[in-house]
Amino acid sequence: MRTEIGSRAQRLWQTHPGLGTAINAAAGVLLLLFPLFASRYWTSVANYFGLYLLLGLSLNIIVGYAGLFQLGHAAFFAVGAYTTAILNTTLDIPVLWLLPVSGLVTAVVAYAFTRPIIHLRGDYLCIVTIGVGEIVRIALLQNVFGLTGGPNGIFGIDRPSLFGFRIYQQSQYYYLILLFVVLTIVGSYRLQRSRIGRAWTCIREDDIAAEAMGINVTYYKTLSFVLGGAVAGMVGTLYAGWITVISPSSFDFWESVVMFCIVILGGAGSVPGIVLGTVGMVLLPEIFRQLADYRMLVFGAAMVIMMIFRPQGLLPSRTWGRALQRPGDDREVPAVAASED
Amino acid sequence: MQLLKIEDVTKTFGGVVAVKDVSFGVDKGEIVGLIGANGAGKTTLFNLITGIYLPDKGAILLAGEGLVGLSPHEITARGVARTFQTIRLFGNLSVLENAMAGQHCRTNAGVLGSLLRLPSQRREEERILAVSQQYLELTSLWSKRDELANNLAYGDQRRLEIARALATKPKLLVLDEPAAGLNDVETAELMQLISTIRDMGITVLLIEHDMKVVMKISDRIVVLDNGAKIAEGTPEQVQADDRVIQAYLGGEDVIEI
Amino acid sequence: MEFLIQQLINGLTVGSIYALVALGYTMVYGVLRLINFAHGELFMLGAYMGFTLIVSFGLSSLIPNILIAIIVMFILTMGLVAVAGVATERIAYRPLREVGRLPAVVSALGVSIFIQNAVMLTYGTNYQVFPEGLIPSLGWTVFGAHITLMRVVVLFVSFALLAALYWFIQRTTIGTAIRAIAVDHRTARLMGIDVNAIIALVFVIGPALGGTAGLMVAMTYNQLNFTMGWQYGLKAFTAAILGGIGNIPGAMLGGILLGIVEALAASYMAAGWQNAISFLILILILTVRPTGILGERVAEKL
Repeated sequence: MRTEIGSRAQRLWQTHPGLGTAINAAAGVLLLLFPLFASRYWTSVANYFGLYLLLGLSLNIIVGYAGLFQLGHAAFFAVGAYTTAILNTTLDIPVLWLLPVSGLVTAVVAYAFTRPIIHLRGDYLCIVTIGVGEIVRIALLQNVFGLTGGPNGIFGIDRPSLFGFRIYQQSQYYYLILLFVVLTIVGSYRLQRSRIGRAWTCIREDDIAAEAMGINVTYYKTLSFVLGGAVAGMVGTLYAGWITVISPSSFDFWESVVMFCIVILGGAGSVPGIVLGTVGMVLLPEIFRQLADYRMLVFGAAMVIMMIFRPQGLLPSRTWGRALQRPGDDREVPAVAASED
Repeated sequence: MQLLKIEDVTKTFGGVVAVKDVSFGVDKGEIVGLIGANGAGKTTLFNLITGIYLPDKGAILLAGEGLVGLSPHEITARGVARTFQTIRLFGNLSVLENAMAGQHCRTNAGVLGSLLRLPSQRREEERILAVSQQYLELTSLWSKRDELANNLAYGDQRRLEIARALATKPKLLVLDEPAAGLNDVETAELMQLISTIRDMGITVLLIEHDMKVVMKISDRIVVLDNGAKIAEGTPEQVQADDRVIQAYLGGEDVIEI
Repeated sequence: MEFLIQQLINGLTVGSIYALVALGYTMVYGVLRLINFAHGELFMLGAYMGFTLIVSFGLSSLIPNILIAIIVMFILTMGLVAVAGVATERIAYRPLREVGRLPAVVSALGVSIFIQNAVMLTYGTNYQVFPEGLIPSLGWTVFGAHITLMRVVVLFVSFALLAALYWFIQRTTIGTAIRAIAVDHRTARLMGIDVNAIIALVFVIGPALGGTAGLMVAMTYNQLNFTMGWQYGLKAFTAAILGGIGNIPGAMLGGILLGIVEALAASYMAAGWQNAISFLILILILTVRPTGILGERVAEKL
């Protein structure tokens, strides 16, 4: 995929300024009305998609914004889900109240795990995150503290309820997840364009220069993990309430790989990239269900092929696109689809 | 008033003594040049001042407060900004974004402020832009503000590094070979710029090999050789110093200023 | 006391396996600064290649002398896995050498996923039974500990290979070339070393060793599964880090040490937690002593 498609899209955008708004508005209306004309099955697929999208967005903070390799993200997802499951089934605390609780617990866990290792160089940090992910999964499997239910996990989690209104249908869940997606997307953009986002970008470019310019590199790297972890933890709450049964097998290394691929293959650092990545990693396999067995095989091959031909991902953010452009690519044209950075 | 005080600073790497018992001071408003052959320990000294290395012994004081043991970003926040010998810009960012990076340590919008776009955060963003513009105009780079740092001409890149360092609002600006690779016109502009910076009240400490620049612009010069200070004084004093001539300026050759 | 000796023997055996696999990681890291995620899968591939040779091709019935049959099996397995290793380097890593670290890591992950699933689709998800009896089930009691002929074979083969590799790296010209490339590609090239060829060689040796290790594991436990690469891979990587990544004697030391520590720890904790040990050691090493016992720096110096 060379940049021609991108530059044509660019020109289209520029010559028809109203087009962007019109498309966004149309998409918004479609999204709002979706459950009304879609079947229950497809609504649940949409919910599944939404949850993965949220996980991708949360990982994007760590990988896309701060530029850190995190291959154990499923662990944060698990901590949030299990926190909700445990507190709900043992103390009867309503699920929605547990959203901030899960977020906070996961943030603390993320900080505890990350702070000692944050100074590690890229690929080593990567390996350690895999290790952390595995340790968490093994702990859950071993029924640590007698709370996590071992391989069978925890069942009987309540559905969330809002002011007495119980959310249990797929279509109702849809709006809850949609709300979250919107909030997370807005939050992502705001972070990206803030002083914090700039600090992350500088750290990605040259962390020694960033430190010399007064940016507390350790703090911001850790912050990305804490924020990304907190969001993933809250997604865990949504997931627990949606599926009502959780077990360690939903939080293994391959889940982390899927999330990682959503970000890297879709386009690190850019929200549209993450959406596209989720489509590729989640929606396509769902559509081609007959070929389910070959799914992972295709993923593996796709990862290699993508890295060779388009290492920056499908729709990377501006700086990711520039940093990873293949040496032969035309450097004049801004990266495809003018994603903000 | 002494702004920077280096006292008996020593740094060894494995078996090599890079910096040995170096002591000198820099007064507020001065321009001090640091010269010496390659490997004399100049950049190491800069790395010690800016916190990238930890001295084995000795003290480094900025306005009376110790810098040793602080991390580099803390030292920058205290008021020491630097440029690098090999340029270290944020290559894939624009000129403006590079300058704005410097303002980071002078601002403090946090997660909440950024997520909620509080008025204080928005005002701060405007300020960051204004300060960046100021220094980019000073270094004649404002017109190129949207260009990628990587795509700039070499001379512009050097100036951008200085603009970025200035954006941190330093008390002391530490320049590592700012004239390296510049032609005569650019060098003259650089000297003008450093002079202007001093007029703004910023103290300057620079490493330079270009003797024309150093001798002309420095109020005082410190000479290092093999990690130790061998001379200190005005340009005239240093030029006439035998030890310096032996070690660095070279035997009979007299530099024409 | 006998229990301790038993654990030590077990630990040494498993440790020598880890050492063999760790070498692959450390050598590739040394010359490419790449963590070859796919290496564990080559280990697993070795087990499956040997399995296929014996079961599908009936190697043991084709060759009457059982000892020769075993040797042929080993050699063929080494060869096949080496081919896979070289192919991996050519297809998935070489195009990315100039592009950067992250794409190479992602590509390595992709290869790992691909090989694992290719094997799963071909052989199924169930554990396969590796035929018994190739190595006679003899056993002895030594100092109160029980040791089988298979274990002796594993120890013997492993240590022989480790010694041979050590000699090769330290004493031959090519070995020196490998060490030179590990220090600096460009200078090595300027000295006339064919960097691409040497890197290809590294991808022959590493996978060959790893594949042999995989085959021996399958023979020892009489079973193999497409997930064994993942299990052993991460542990062997820990061993490489423990000894100091990029450091070949370090990988050997790290492997054996890890095997022994694991064996001793296993006697004190539930089986499930055992696997967490190596991850804990990994994290501990990287936070406390990133250099490893003998090796290089992995933390950023600021």
